[in-house]
Amino acid sequence: MLQGKWFSALFGIVFAIAGGGHALAQGTIKVAYTDPLSGPFAQVGDANLKQMQYIIDYINAKGGALGKKFELVPFDNKSQPSDALIALKSATDQNMPFIMQCSGSNIAAALIDGVNKHNDRNPDNRIIYLNCGAVATELTNEQCSFWHFRFDLHVGMKAEVMVRALPKDVTKVYLINQDYLFGQSVQREVKNYLGKLRPDVQVVGDELIPLGKIKDFSPYLTKIKASGAQALLTGNWGPDMNLLIKAGVDAGADLRYYTFYAHLAGGPTAIGVGGDNRVLAVMSFGENVAPEIGNKEAEAFTKGFRDKHKFDFSAAGFRTIFEYLQAAVTKANSVDPTKIALAMEDLQVKDFLGFDTKMRKEDHQIISEYFVGIFKKGVKYEAEGTGLGWATSATILAKDVDQPNTCKMKRPSAS
Amino acid sequence: MNMLRRHWPWLLVLVILLAFPFLFYDWTKGRHSGFVLTLMSEIGVMAIFALSYNMLMGQAGLLSFGHAVLFGLGAYCAAHVVNMVKAGTIWLPTELIPLAGGLGGLFFGYVFGWLVTKQRATAFAMITMGLGELVSAAALMFMAFFGGEGGITIDRVMDTSLVGVRYTSPWQVYCLVLAWAFIAAALMRLQTQTALGKMANATRDNFERAQFVGYDPRMVRLMQFTLSGFFAGIGGGLYVLIYEIVTFDTVSAAKSANALLAVYIGGAGGFFGPILGTIVVVLLQSGVSLLSNAWLLYVGVLFIVMVMYAPGGLIGLIFMHLPIWRAGRMRELLLPYARAFPPALLVLLGFVFMVELASFTTIGAAQGKRFTIGGQLIDTTAPMPWVIAIAALVLGALWLRHEARGFRQRWDELMEGSKRAQATAAPKPQEAVA
Amino acid sequence: MEVFVVSLLNGLVYGMLLFMLASGLTLILSMMGVLNFAHASAYMLGAYFAYTISQYIGFWPALIIAPVLCGLIGAGIEMWGLRRVHQNGHIAELLFTFGLALLIEKGVQMTWGLLPVPYRVPELLDFPLFKIYGTQFPAYRAFMLLISALMFGAIWLGLTRTRIGLVIQAALTHPDMASALGHNVPRIFTLVFAAGTALAGLAGVIGGNYQVTEPAMAFTMGPIVFVVVVFGGLGSLSGCFIASILMGLIQTFAVVFDVSLADLLAKFGFVVTSSTPFAEILTVTLPRIGALLPFLMMVLILVFRPRGLMGTRDT
Repeated sequence: MLQGKWFSALFGIVFAIAGGGHALAQGTIKVAYTDPLSGPFAQVGDANLKQMQYIIDYINAKGGALGKKFELVPFDNKSQPSDALIALKSATDQNMPFIMQCSGSNIAAALIDGVNKHNDRNPDNRIIYLNCGAVATELTNEQCSFWHFRFDLHVGMKAEVMVRALPKDVTKVYLINQDYLFGQSVQREVKNYLGKLRPDVQVVGDELIPLGKIKDFSPYLTKIKASGAQALLTGNWGPDMNLLIKAGVDAGADLRYYTFYAHLAGGPTAIGVGGDNRVLAVMSFGENVAPEIGNKEAEAFTKGFRDKHKFDFSAAGFRTIFEYLQAAVTKANSVDPTKIALAMEDLQVKDFLGFDTKMRKEDHQIISEYFVGIFKKGVKYEAEGTGLGWATSATILAKDVDQPNTCKMKRPSAS
Repeated sequence: MNMLRRHWPWLLVLVILLAFPFLFYDWTKGRHSGFVLTLMSEIGVMAIFALSYNMLMGQAGLLSFGHAVLFGLGAYCAAHVVNMVKAGTIWLPTELIPLAGGLGGLFFGYVFGWLVTKQRATAFAMITMGLGELVSAAALMFMAFFGGEGGITIDRVMDTSLVGVRYTSPWQVYCLVLAWAFIAAALMRLQTQTALGKMANATRDNFERAQFVGYDPRMVRLMQFTLSGFFAGIGGGLYVLIYEIVTFDTVSAAKSANALLAVYIGGAGGFFGPILGTIVVVLLQSGVSLLSNAWLLYVGVLFIVMVMYAPGGLIGLIFMHLPIWRAGRMRELLLPYARAFPPALLVLLGFVFMVELASFTTIGAAQGKRFTIGGQLIDTTAPMPWVIAIAALVLGALWLRHEARGFRQRWDELMEGSKRAQATAAPKPQEAVA
Repeated sequence: MEVFVVSLLNGLVYGMLLFMLASGLTLILSMMGVLNFAHASAYMLGAYFAYTISQYIGFWPALIIAPVLCGLIGAGIEMWGLRRVHQNGHIAELLFTFGLALLIEKGVQMTWGLLPVPYRVPELLDFPLFKIYGTQFPAYRAFMLLISALMFGAIWLGLTRTRIGLVIQAALTHPDMASALGHNVPRIFTLVFAAGTALAGLAGVIGGNYQVTEPAMAFTMGPIVFVVVVFGGLGSLSGCFIASILMGLIQTFAVVFDVSLADLLAKFGFVVTSSTPFAEILTVTLPRIGALLPFLMMVLILVFRPRGLMGTRDT
C-alpha cells in the first residue's frame, strides 16, 4: 500500500506537470477554480470551495448539463496574479471551458487580461472566465470583456443598495475604507450615490486606511465619535473590518455599521454579541431569507449544507452561477466556450429563492436581487454559533440595481 | 574549439532545457503545454533573481529582506517601457525589454543602495526589510506609477522583434527567457572574477582588513548592490514579458523571501547553488501546491531539515563528494547509498502519509475532498492508516539511524583515503558562508 | 483635548502590548543574535492555547498555563533545534525559525481551523471601566495595562536583583566575556529563549481577545515587532520599552492629524495642484501612512544611528 502511495505520488507529480493530473473522469465539464487556498487568506478560498462543492453535487444530482456532470478543479493562487495565470495555463492545457475566481479584483483584472490574450492567440482553445466575487466596477465597464461574466453585483451597485437601505433618520455618516483600488472605489461610489439618492445626508468623515496594517482602531473610533456620525459606512473586509467593529463596540459608540462583508466567514465570530442590532451587511444571500419569505425548498437546500459541514451557507450566488452554466450549455447544445458565451448573453434565470435574474448582454454583469441583513438575536439560523444571525432588513430587487454601464465590448467575429 | 571544450556543460544544459518541454508536447493537438512552459520560464526568471541575490548574500555577505523591491521596480519600469513602445513614443525591440528592466533596477539599486549600504550585517537586513515594507505599501497607494492593486498590464506582442518573432506563444517567450538567463548567468559568473567581485568577498570575510588594503567597503557594497539591482531588474523585465502584468506582489516580502530560500537551499557557496535552489522552490510552490493542501508544511519541514543537516545547501552536498570523486572511488559509495535509500524513503513516505492524513481529516474533509491512493479510498478516521503511517515513520527512522552509522563510517574511511591520496594537491576546502 | 486624552490612553495600551511582544525578542536578539521569525508565532500559539484552556477551565488558569506551555515549547526549540543550528551561522538560525513559523501556522490551521476562533474577554472584565468624554474605556484594557506593567516590573527586578539576571545582563552586552568567566552560556540561552517565548505567549493570551484570534495573526504582527526591537536598540530593555510606547503613540496620533505635505507647503504659499510633479505623494494625508511611520522611522534611525535609540552596540 505504501508502494502504491509512492507511485501515485510520483505519477501525480508527473501528470500534474504534464497537465493531465485530473483526467480521471473524461466526460465531465471541468471548471477550474482559483483562489487563495493557503497563506493568510486561505479561509476565503476554503469557505468558497466547500460551498461550491456542495452546489456542484446538487446540480450533478439533478443531471448536470447535456448528460455530463460538472467537476471542480481547485488551484491555489496564493493571492498572487502570477499564480492565477499559471492556473489559467493549466486549465487551458486541459481544455477546460471555464475558469472561476472570486476574491481579489487585482487577480480578476489579471485574469480578464490573460483570458483575452489567450483567446485571441489561440482561437481553437478558448476559455470563459466566471467571476464569482471580484467586484471592482471597472471590470464590467472600462475593462469589460466578452469572455468575462460577473455573477456578483459590482461596487457601484452594492453602494446603491447600501445607500438605499440607510434609514431616514440617519443624516451624518462616516466613511472608512482600505487604501487600495477596491476601498477607493467604495469610497467614490458611496459618496456618489449619497449625493444622488440622499442629498440630506452629510459625510462628516472620510478616511482611507492602509490595507491590513492597523492593529488598533480605537483612535479612529475617537475621531468618529468626535464627528457626531450616526452611521459608519465601510467596505473593509477581513481583520480591517473585524477590528474596526470590535473597537467600536469596546468604545461603546452609538453607531450603526453598514458593511459589505460582515456576513462572510469569520466576521460574525469576530464581532460577537456586542454587534447586536448594530451591524448591517449588504449581502447576496442570508440563511434566514428563505424562512422569511417562506420558501421551503430553498431552506431545505441551505439547511442541508449546514447539517453536512457545521458551517454557515452564505453563497447562494454560486448556485446561480451553476444554474446559468446548466442553462447556457443546454441552450448552446455544446461545450464550446464561444457558443456557451453567446448563449449566456441576456439569459434569464429564476434563482432558487424565486427572484428574477438576468445576465446583461452589454457588459456581462448579472442583475439580481440583493439583501441587507442586520445582525441580531432571535433569528432562526444563527451565524457561526454566536447566538446571533442575519435578519433581512431590506430586499432590493434586480430592477433597482440595473445601473447603466460604459462597456464597449469587443465580440469575436463569428467563426 | 577550445571554447567548446571548456564550456561544454553550458551548451549541454541549453540543449536539455530546449528539449525538455517537448516531453510534455501534446502531439494530438500540436501544441506545447502552456503550464510547463510558464513554470520553466518562471524558473528561469527566479534563477536570475536568486543569482542576483547571491551577489549580495553569497559574495558580499549581505543579508537582504527586500531584494524583491529591485526586481519589482525593474518590472514596473519594463512594463512602462513596453506601453510606451506600444503607444509609439519610443522604439525598442522586444528582445531588449529586459534590459530596460535592468536599467530600472540599476537606477533604484543605486538610489536605495546609497541608503542601505551605509550599514552592514543586521542593520543592513533591517533597513532592507523596512524599505521593502514601505515600497510595497506605496505600490498599493500610488496609482500613477504602480497602477494600484490592479497593477500595470502590457501586451507583449509589439511587432518590434529583431528576429521577426511575434511572441504570441509561451514557447517563444520561453526561448527569450532562456537566452537572457544564460547571458545574465554568464555575466554574473564573470563578475565574480573581477576586482569588484573579489573585494566583495574580502569585505565579507574580513571587514577590517579589507579597509586597511585601501578600499572603501561602503563603495564596494554600493557597487555590488547596484549591480545586483541591475540583474534583478533583468529578471523583472522578463517577468513582465511572461505574465504581461506586474502587480504589487512583485515587490512584496514574500518574493524577497523566495530568493533567500532559493539561495540557501541551493547553497550560497557555489555559483550554481541558487539555480538548484530555485528549481526546488518553484516546483514546491507551483507544483506541490497543486497536489497537497499541506504544501506549506512541507516547505517548512524542508527548510528545517536543510538548515539542520545540510547548511551548505544542495550544492554543498554535491561538493562534499568532490574529494572522493577525484580519488575515483565514487563506486564504493554506491552500496552505502543503496542501503540508506529504503529507510530514507520509508521515513519520507511515513511522514507524507501522516501529514496528508491529518490534513485530510481537518481541512480536506471539510472541502469535500476524499483521500485516495491509486483509486483506493482511505478512511482518515479509521485507526489503521494512522498506525501504518506512524509505524513507517518510527521504524524508518530507527532503520535510517542504523544505516546512517554504517554510512558515516564508510564515508570517513573514503575521505581519509582520498585525503592521503591527494596529500600534495589538497582540494580547496569549501568556504563556509557566514 | 478629548481626542488627545482618549488617544493617549489607547496609544499606551497598544504600546504596552507591543512591549510585551518585543521585550522577549529584544532579549533573544541581543543575546543570541537570532532574528527569531517564529516570535510572533509564539504570540499566536499563546492566544490559541488560552482559547482552548479557557473553554475548559476558564481564563484565569489560562493566563498562567498558556505562557508556561509556550515557554516549554521555546525551551524545546532552543535545546533540540537552535543549538544545533547555531554552529551554521546566523542566517541558518534565521531560516530555521522561518521554517518553524511556517510549520506553526500550518499546524494551527490544521488544529483550530482556518477561521477566527471565538476567544472572548472574560465576563468578569467585560464592562466599561469609566467614561471619558463620552467614550467608554473597557476594563479589559486597564487589565492589559496592569499585566504589562507588572511584567515590566518583574523583568526589571529579575534582571537587576537576581544572580541569574545579572549573568543575563552580562551576557547581553559581553557574551564572550560571560562565558569566559565560566558561566554556562548555553543554559542561559535556553532560559532566555524560553522566557522570551513565554512572554510572547503571555502577550498572545491577553492580546488574542483584544484583537482577533486567527491563523494570520502571527503574519500580521511579525514585522512591527522587529521594528520596535531594532528601533529601541539591541541590549537595552528600556530602549525597547520607550520604542514600544513611542510606536503605539505615533500610530494612534497619526490618525488624529489630518494633514499632508501639501498642506504644509500651502503654509509657505506653495499650492499643490494635480499637475504638480509628485502631487500624489504630496497629497497623501498622515492617517493614510500612519501605520507605515514605524518602518520609515526604523530605516532613518538605522541609517544615521545604527545602534538604535538606546542600544549598547551597533545593530
